[in-house]
Amino acid sequence: MTWDEAAVAEHARAFLAEHDPAAMDRLEFLRARFDAGLAWVHFPEGLGGLGASRDLQAVADRELKGTPDNQPGRIGIGLGMAAPTILAFGTEEQKRRFLRPLWTGEEVWCQLFSEPGAGSDLATLATRAVREGDEWVVDGQKVWTSSAHTARWAILVARTDPDVPKHRGLTYFVCDMHAPGVEVRPLRQITGEAEFNEVFLTGVRLPDALRLGEVGDGWRVAQTTLMNERVAIGGTPSRRTMMGVVAETWRSRPELRTHDLHQRLLRLWVDSEVMRLTAVRLREQLAAGHPGPEGSGMKLAFARLHQELSGLEVELLREDGLAYDDWTFRRPDKVDFVGREAGYRYLRAKGNSIEGGTSEILRNIIAERVLGLPAEPRADKDVAWKDLPR
Amino acid sequence: MTLLYTEVEEELRAAVRDLLAAKCSPAAVLGSVESGAPYDADLWKALARDVGAAGLLIPEELGGAASHEGGASAREAAVVLEELGRAVAPVPYLSSAVLATQALLTAGGDVAEELLTRLAAGEATAALAVSFAASPYALPSPAATLGEDGTVTGTVTGVIGAEAADVLLVPVRLPGSGRQGTGLCAVETSPAGREAVRVTPVTSLDLTRPIATVSFGSAPARVVATTDGPTDSTRAPWVREALTRGAGLLASEQLGVAEWCLTTTVAYVKERRQFARPVGSFQAVKHRLADLWLEVAGARAAARNAAARLAEASTAGPLGDEAVAVAVAVAVAQAHCGAVAVRAAEECVQLHGGIGMTWEHPAHLYLKRAKADQIALGTPGDHREALAGPAGLPAPA
Repeated sequence: MTWDEAAVAEHARAFLAEHDPAAMDRLEFLRARFDAGLAWVHFPEGLGGLGASRDLQAVADRELKGTPDNQPGRIGIGLGMAAPTILAFGTEEQKRRFLRPLWTGEEVWCQLFSEPGAGSDLATLATRAVREGDEWVVDGQKVWTSSAHTARWAILVARTDPDVPKHRGLTYFVCDMHAPGVEVRPLRQITGEAEFNEVFLTGVRLPDALRLGEVGDGWRVAQTTLMNERVAIGGTPSRRTMMGVVAETWRSRPELRTHDLHQRLLRLWVDSEVMRLTAVRLREQLAAGHPGPEGSGMKLAFARLHQELSGLEVELLREDGLAYDDWTFRRPDKVDFVGREAGYRYLRAKGNSIEGGTSEILRNIIAERVLGLPAEPRADKDVAWKDLPR
Repeated sequence: MTLLYTEVEEELRAAVRDLLAAKCSPAAVLGSVESGAPYDADLWKALARDVGAAGLLIPEELGGAASHEGGASAREAAVVLEELGRAVAPVPYLSSAVLATQALLTAGGDVAEELLTRLAAGEATAALAVSFAASPYALPSPAATLGEDGTVTGTVTGVIGAEAADVLLVPVRLPGSGRQGTGLCAVETSPAGREAVRVTPVTSLDLTRPIATVSFGSAPARVVATTDGPTDSTRAPWVREALTRGAGLLASEQLGVAEWCLTTTVAYVKERRQFARPVGSFQAVKHRLADLWLEVAGARAAARNAAARLAEASTAGPLGDEAVAVAVAVAVAQAHCGAVAVRAAEECVQLHGGIGMTWEHPAHLYLKRAKADQIALGTPGDHREALAGPAGLPAPA
């Protein structure tokens, strides 16, 4: 059938009539919601969706408002990156096994991509996966892994063929974070806390059934993940914005206002509004079925705006800006860019132009894929990975 | 409300672009700027009359194309302005079909309707005798006076489109010693008025839309509208509406200017080779253009938003409940697009290197237009300051 707004709303109401969240266990309710196709309506039937248009999710969410949610802040990597990749490249068996507990939050996911020697140049990564019968033996070190300490599964890119150029020798896996040989260590960052981890993989054995996509096709599979990551970081409208937070400080502390700060704040307010309108236009293009290239730029704009606004807030606060709320080495179980206090927000925003593709790499992507400018000459294109200068 | 372009808008764009491609190449514009005739009369006639661009804001009852049931609106006028900006076309579109037209729409009445009918048909061209540098947030008091004999006297500086105008719309102080108030008068420049109206061209920064000084010496005039109240504090709605809505639509012209600069620069850096490779392959160049592209994408969203908000607001004004949303949309668009057009033109000159500094290359026409547009109808700073109230960000005490 073809789903429209009324049909989705009706379906959600019928579901609620049969499943009273007050009378059910929270997880049972979430599992039932998934099975009713109301988890992510644009996914296929049987996999938590209805095969409906993506924008109808808002209708389902509205009808189910106030019922237990899956704590999306805790499972962002699973929802935003693992799920779309599994949907695009997983086998039927993999989709059925992983998507339901991923969405309900029963199983947390993390991402094993970046390495100490492979950041912007992700394709040069060195973690090896060697085939032994029906298994792969994985050795290497990953870094910047949020949620690794709570994760049940990871999405992993590893090198399966060092004898071909770097992009061609990669394979994408689902990694069992409970497997022997997986060691997670917290990585303390400039905010004082450890939102991320280092993950050491030593002789980790993964069955071939955990491979996602073809052997050697890992780069293409990873592109799906990365594209979704950038949308997740830059393109999602949030209730609380950095502009809103700083404006609140401005309103509540009239004694701190200066003309210079006022001029700069108004400039950033205009930038925020322009970014919002650009995102609105982008979503309209997506809904009309012709995605525009604006998507690549949203994260770039978002990072700059977050950094300038959070920096201005610390400056505005004067003496209060000299204080910091807490340097304790903690492991938060979710990230909130606009949470805590001004000093934290300022420091955390520094990561916005690094994580999920640095602003420099994003500018290259815009210049080459949107504007069609020539790539820089590259020394590593047709050289076997093992022969690259290090 | 959509921020995308409708099919009708794309068809209109194609018609304007074809016309400009045939009659208004950068080389042709460059050739004509020093010819002494600042506006291209043939091109203007084709645009106003044949394409029907002059009547996009004028209601169907008066021979225009505007209506609330599927007719034209500010959205279509904005698309025309994008194309005119892309070509730095020397036509009095903004001055006649936007600023003067909007003043008449706001004023209303028999004289206004008669004039609008002529403008819609492309039979006449008008100009609003107000400085192009006037800000909608600090309206100038009228520089001319209406005499007891019904003639207008006074001098207005910084006027665009006056050389091309058959009718000058001039804000005036009203006559009578005890009477305070302002009015809007229509002065015909020919043939009867020629003696009493002097349009003196000023050597202008913008070669493709020069300014002029307009002097009225007991010029015969018709009164379009009047309003009572003290002269210095009256905010004559026709001028305010013309400047506000004009500023909102100017953003689309600025978008067009910026797009030409970006496209032309990208094409050039792909061709130009230094150090045995295209200069566009250097990251120092690529990153600047990526940033500029992002700003232009923002300019498109902001300009479209202003046009869409203006299209939804009633054509005549003063604006009703939607006033704040329209005012914010206009101010955001101007604050952003004014700066983006200048930046795009400056990057265009810089990334062209030496050739960008020559008179022969058209980049300077865009730089001059962009810089003049930045000052026009309120600077980006004026528009930002106007946002302090709606944004809830009050100034220091």
